[in-house]
Amino acid sequence: MTEESKAEKFLELFNKGKEFTEELLRENQRLRYRLASAETEQKAGGSSEEVQKLRDQITHLTEENKRIHERFSAIEEENKDFANRYIEIEEQNNNLANLYVASYQLHSTLDFREVIQIVQEIVINLIGAEAFAILLLDEKTNELKTIASEGEDVMPNIDQISIRLGDGVMGQVARTGESYYINQDIDADSGSITIDKPLAAVPLKIKEHVIGLIAIYKLLQQKDSFSAVDYELFSLLAAHAATAIFSSKLYSQSERKLNTIQSFLDLLTTTS
Amino acid sequence: MENANFLVVEDSPTMRQLISFSLKRFKNAKIIEAVDGVDALKKLSGPDKIDLILTDINMPVMDGLKLVSLVRQNAQLKNIPIIIITTEGAEEDRERGLALGANAYISKPIQSSHLIKTISELLAV
Repeated sequence: MTEESKAEKFLELFNKGKEFTEELLRENQRLRYRLASAETEQKAGGSSEEVQKLRDQITHLTEENKRIHERFSAIEEENKDFANRYIEIEEQNNNLANLYVASYQLHSTLDFREVIQIVQEIVINLIGAEAFAILLLDEKTNELKTIASEGEDVMPNIDQISIRLGDGVMGQVARTGESYYINQDIDADSGSITIDKPLAAVPLKIKEHVIGLIAIYKLLQQKDSFSAVDYELFSLLAAHAATAIFSSKLYSQSERKLNTIQSFLDLLTTTS
Repeated sequence: MENANFLVVEDSPTMRQLISFSLKRFKNAKIIEAVDGVDALKKLSGPDKIDLILTDINMPVMDGLKLVSLVRQNAQLKNIPIIIITTEGAEEDRERGLALGANAYISKPIQSSHLIKTISELLAV
């Protein structure tokens, strides 16, 4: 082999080596690129998992938020109910206090006039009546007659009412023992309320035995109408008033009889 | 408000008792009762220092408006808060009562809760 052919062969070998090296460098470049892409993909793949996780968390939190919101609304409603209940209890408390004081006062005396005075005070101050009459039933004549009244200026002759049992609105109240109320918006001055047709008439009864009634013709200026609890309170007060009136009446009758007997005994003792 | 002394001026025993009953909601409250304005002035000059007066208007001997007026003219008593409690519900009656120096005006029938709230506000000042 000549020196020239050896050199050519070496050059050819060198060139192949160069090409192989260049090919290796390109491959290396390609692999680096693939590695970088793979890493990016991997990273991208990891983020979507986190996003999914976050999305799940958001869904979970949204649901929780919704639940909390619903619970809040429910508690708010409960709160409103409690507030309303509190007002109702306050009213009931007020009415019980009124009833307690009224019954205490009504049964604090056996003096008939004092009892009537207390009934009047109750009707004015607790019921809020400006014009009213207390009527008692005379069982001998079956007539209802005024024994006390207020508001002569509003309802003339209120102090002289005389109605037969069963006649008209008040006669029926006394006969049936059922309370009577009409629309509160009707004013006493309008002419709809008359001496025979009051705004309200509540029987004074002991169990089923009617001894009289309270007739209301006009409420105080500041009281527009009867409230729901007024009806109950009025009936309860009327029941207490009835027993107080009845016992004081019996007491005064027995006192009179006792005095008569005592006088008779005194007379006998003196003459003997 | 604890240990307050209240003067209740009212000719009706039922109303006196009802107001006194409501005032018992104040811890250790002392309730002094008077049947009219003259009786109230006597109680005001007594040993108990009154923190608040509750008075009716229509009373025999001396009415509530006269009492309010006299209390406001008295150097020792003029700062005592006064609440008028009355059946007189007309606006002019209210204005008259407040103009004479009452701090509050409550129309009957009274609501215990309203009375308590009014007193609490007056005594909190």
